[in-house]
Amino acid sequence: MRRNVGTASLRESLLWLGPALVLIFGIVIYPAVTLVRTSFGTYSITGRLKGDAGIQNYVNFLTSPDLGRVIGNTALWVVAVVLVTIVISLGLAQFLSKEFAGRRYVRWAVIVPWAAALVMSSQLFKLMYDYYHGIINEVLLKLGIISSPVDWLGNSSFTMFSMIVVGIFVSLPFTTYLLVAGLSAIPTDIYEAARIDGARAWQVYRRITLPLLRPAILIGVVLNMIYVFNSFPIIWILNGSNPGFGNDTMITYMYKLAFKSGQHDVGMAAAAGVFNVLFILVAVGIYMRFANWREGVQS
Amino acid sequence: MTSQISTLETPIPMRRVHGWKRARRFVLPVAGLAVIVFFISPYVVMLFDALRPAGEVLATPPTFLPKVWTGQAFTQVLGDPSFQNWFKTSIIVAVSSTVIVILVAIPAAYFTALFRFRGRMAFLALVVITQMFAPTALVVGIYREFYDLNLVNTYTSLILTDAAFNIAFALWILQSFFAAIPKDVEEAASIDGCGRVRSLFQIMLPLTLPGIVTAVTFTFISAWNEYVVALTLIQDDSRKPLTVGINSYVTAYQQNWSQMFAASLIAIVPAVILFALIEKHLVGGMTAGAIK
Repeated sequence: MRRNVGTASLRESLLWLGPALVLIFGIVIYPAVTLVRTSFGTYSITGRLKGDAGIQNYVNFLTSPDLGRVIGNTALWVVAVVLVTIVISLGLAQFLSKEFAGRRYVRWAVIVPWAAALVMSSQLFKLMYDYYHGIINEVLLKLGIISSPVDWLGNSSFTMFSMIVVGIFVSLPFTTYLLVAGLSAIPTDIYEAARIDGARAWQVYRRITLPLLRPAILIGVVLNMIYVFNSFPIIWILNGSNPGFGNDTMITYMYKLAFKSGQHDVGMAAAAGVFNVLFILVAVGIYMRFANWREGVQS
Repeated sequence: MTSQISTLETPIPMRRVHGWKRARRFVLPVAGLAVIVFFISPYVVMLFDALRPAGEVLATPPTFLPKVWTGQAFTQVLGDPSFQNWFKTSIIVAVSSTVIVILVAIPAAYFTALFRFRGRMAFLALVVITQMFAPTALVVGIYREFYDLNLVNTYTSLILTDAAFNIAFALWILQSFFAAIPKDVEEAASIDGCGRVRSLFQIMLPLTLPGIVTAVTFTFISAWNEYVVALTLIQDDSRKPLTVGINSYVTAYQQNWSQMFAASLIAIVPAVILFALIEKHLVGGMTAGAIK
């Protein structure tokens, strides 16, 4: 599809790409470098650089008694949200690919949690989960699913579960749209051939649709891994009134270390941040391989 | 495609096929309604909580429908000077970062779509990495940078961050539009003696207008919804954006959920409408050219 209108010299390239490069280097790359530098310094509570820390911040981070719990939470959070999101989205995408009256309204409704600010949706769920005033307990009690109210956010055996539900809810729109795009890219004559062969619906889905949808599913998995790992507001708001790091993921743990906990340990937070960045870089690498990214961009 | 799938579901007894064909005409819309309820109902709860007196939100047991309907929360929020400041910040930050993104992304997208040059793949790879790095993971570094630049508590810090992290989406969308312009159009332009800059402005830009609209809308909404950077960089209440400001309606000292939700809805409703307008292009911009 793409053709060369021409080739360009380095000077001309810099002219056209310069502004974008300045912003990307200034606001994305430079903070990443600063993050690494910060991880080797010690800082006062107000954030002033006090001196060189060597690898002490990394030692503190890696020997922190909370680390095991935080890593476990992160793994559970990412795996559960991504897995359930993909499974539900597969069904939803299949459904939204059918033609029926009012489909447009369904597609618009699916968009709502995507377009709404995550903090605002999180605050909404915080009230809906509330022990005394929340509609969720009320509905479940009325339906007889629970016999007494549940402290969804305060009782630590439910907190992570409750947050995962919200994580799934807000991840469904993008994932569903992605899979709808994947489905629409499958050529229809394949289905025609299957019909002539007398294949049953489930067979067609398993043998034809799923394999052809695989690239889209893989992209959905990897992108969601990155988004869900990076997710901040849901855990920040829903877990906000619980003390300690019992329900924190790597991202909120890092944030608390830097800005909220009593110690305000910017250096140790930066060391945690370096690990977060490495995790995302690995995921991006996987994405670029799975997505056949070079071909996609060049075609 | 869809009609073929449906006939596949019971291929042998023809009468059942017809039965399903008739049934799906109302089974599918009913299922659709269930999906709508699933995604909308939390926000209906939000609306109903915004439409009742503050005290009623804290009733035990709660009721789905307000017992007393009132628009009080909305008028209080709109008259609240704090809310007005947050709204102003959100507008200033979202509009400015959108303008920057467009100014920066148009030349970059035009150039990468139509020209080969050394470092093209490296540049595009850099853009993908930028897109995947939500500012969250880098927030400690971002804070240190703006702290050193003495830009904490400024609009500038938010505008620059929102602009930088949204270049990617705008670039992918615009690039796909530039690449789709027929070759003859460009050739005609160059025969007429158009330079690259003139051909971009007079010929190409009008053809990419839908792409520009998509990029503008998406950037505006993601800046409008940005939370973690603003939470970190802005301590001065009057300079907070809506996403950070509204949280002060519900604190340990006051529990004004109806005002918080009224303020939230004022922010959410326009975002949803704008998002619905660019629905078709969203996936393309978010998957970095990987899915066409």
